[in-house]
Amino acid sequence: MTSSTRPTQPYARRAWLASLVIVWLGTTATLVGMPATAQDKFITVASTTSTEQSGLFGHLLPLFKKDSGIDVRVVALGTGQALDTGRRGDADVVFVHDKVAEEKFVADGFGVSRIEVMYNDFVLVGPKGDPAAAAGRDITAALKKVADAKAAFVSRGDKSGTHAAELRYWKAAGVELDVAKGPWYRETGSGMGPALNTASGMNAYILTDRGTWLSFKNRGDLAVLVEGDTRLFNQYGVILVNPSKHAHVKKDLAQKFIDWLVSASGQKAIADYKIGGEQLFFPNAKR
Amino acid sequence: MSDFSAALSGAFHLISSADPKLVQIVGLSLSVSLSAVAIASLLGLALGAWLAVSRFAGRGVIIAVLNALMGLPPVVIGLVVYLLLSRAGPLGQYGLLFTPTAMVIAQAILITPIIAALARQVIEDAWNNYREQFQSLGVHGWRASATLVWDTRFSLVTVTLAGLGRACAEVGAVMIVGGNIDGVTRVMTTAIALETTKGDLPLALSLGVVLVLVVLTLNLIAQWLKSFAEARYG
Repeated sequence: MTSSTRPTQPYARRAWLASLVIVWLGTTATLVGMPATAQDKFITVASTTSTEQSGLFGHLLPLFKKDSGIDVRVVALGTGQALDTGRRGDADVVFVHDKVAEEKFVADGFGVSRIEVMYNDFVLVGPKGDPAAAAGRDITAALKKVADAKAAFVSRGDKSGTHAAELRYWKAAGVELDVAKGPWYRETGSGMGPALNTASGMNAYILTDRGTWLSFKNRGDLAVLVEGDTRLFNQYGVILVNPSKHAHVKKDLAQKFIDWLVSASGQKAIADYKIGGEQLFFPNAKR
Repeated sequence: MSDFSAALSGAFHLISSADPKLVQIVGLSLSVSLSAVAIASLLGLALGAWLAVSRFAGRGVIIAVLNALMGLPPVVIGLVVYLLLSRAGPLGQYGLLFTPTAMVIAQAILITPIIAALARQVIEDAWNNYREQFQSLGVHGWRASATLVWDTRFSLVTVTLAGLGRACAEVGAVMIVGGNIDGVTRVMTTAIALETTKGDLPLALSLGVVLVLVVLTLNLIAQWLKSFAEARYG
C-alpha cells in the first residue's frame, strides 16, 4: 500500500469524495427546491375517494384554477378520515358526503358552516345472474333479499360516507347486522375501488356510488341491479375548516374555492362532467 | 396472459411517448428516494461503523433492535411521521404534512436501520480481519471506523442500493404522509395503488413495469460505477 505502487490513490480518493459530495448536494438541493417551487397560491382539500376517483376533480380544478389562479391539492380519503384530517388542521377545506358526521364536525367547532353543493346517487351492484333476486327500484327490499339468501355481500367497513349509508339502509331494511352477519357479509375495510375489486373477484353484491362505478374498469360479471330509489341520493357538503381553531388555515383562498363551487359557473362545471354521456353529479347548491 | 401482454405494451407506450405526467411522477419518485438514501446513508453508515468497532454493555441489544427495525412496516412509520408532522402534532407548525419533504423524512427513517444494520456487519467483518494491525499501529475510534468504511466502500455501495430498493418500492408510508396529491406528492408506487383502486389493472401493471425498469437502470449505473472504480482504483 505504498504510494509508489499506487500513485493515483490520493486523487482517486478525492475524486470519489467529490462525486459523493456532488450527488449529496444535488439531491439535497432538489429536496430544498421542491417546496419552494410549490409555494404558490394553493389550498389543501380533504375529500373522498368518490370525487377523486370518478375524475370530478380532474375536471373541476383546472376550471377553478383558470378562474382564480389558485391550485387545489386534493387528498382523497374516506369521509371519516377526511373529517379527521380537517379536525387536525391538516386541510383548509373538507368536501365530503355524510350529513350527520358533517353536522357534528361543525357543531364541535371544527368547521365554520356546512354548505350543500351537489348530490350523486348510490347503486346496488351484484352478479348479473342475481342469485338473491334483488333487482328492482327498492333498496331496502333488495338488501333484505340479499340477507335472506345469505348471498355474498362486500361492505366497505371503513367508516366512509358510503359505509355509513350502507348501515342506514340495512337498518331501514330491518336487518340486524350484528345478528344476521355471517361469512356472507364481508367487511374489507378499504376504499371504494379496492372494495369493488374484491366484489368483482368474489362475484358479490356491493353498494357503490355511481361515479366510482362508472369509472371503474375491472367489473368482471357485475352489473347495476338497484337504482333510482330516492333514498339512494347522496348529498355532498363543503366545509371551511375553522380558522379560530387552526390559525394557519388559508381562509381567504379556501373561501374563494367554496364560493366558486356554489356559484353559477361552478355548478355548471359540476353538471357538465360526464362519463360515457352519463352525468355523475347533480348540482343543488341553494343560492 | 392478455393482461400481461397489455401491461407490457402499455409500459412500452408510456415510456416511448415520454408522457409529461409520467416523467414528473418518475422524477419525484427519484428525487424523494435519492434524498432519503443520501440522508439515511450519512446516518446509517456512521452508526454502523461506530457499532462495528466499539464495545460496550448493551451493544448486543442495540444490534438486535437495529436488525429488528429492518422489518418495520412502512405503514407504521407513515403513521408515526403523520402524527409528528400533523398540525395537531409536535412539529405541526412547519406545515410539512402532504409535502415531498414529509415523504423524504418517512423514507429516511425507514431505510436508516437497513443501511446501519448491514453496514455494521460488513464493517465488523473487516474489523475482525484488521483488528490486530490497527491495534499495533495504535489506530482507534473514529480513525479506525473511517479507514474501515473506506476499505469496505464497494460492499457499502451494495448496502446503499439495498436501502434505495426499499425506498423506491414502499407505498405505505408515502401514501399516508404525502397524501398522493396529483402533481405534488404522487409517486410511482402511489400512482400504481391509485390505478389499482380504479380497477384499471393493466395501467397499474404498466406503471409497475416502468418502476422496475427505473430501479434496474439505477442499479446498472451503480454497478457500472462500482466496477469502473474497482478496476481503476481497487
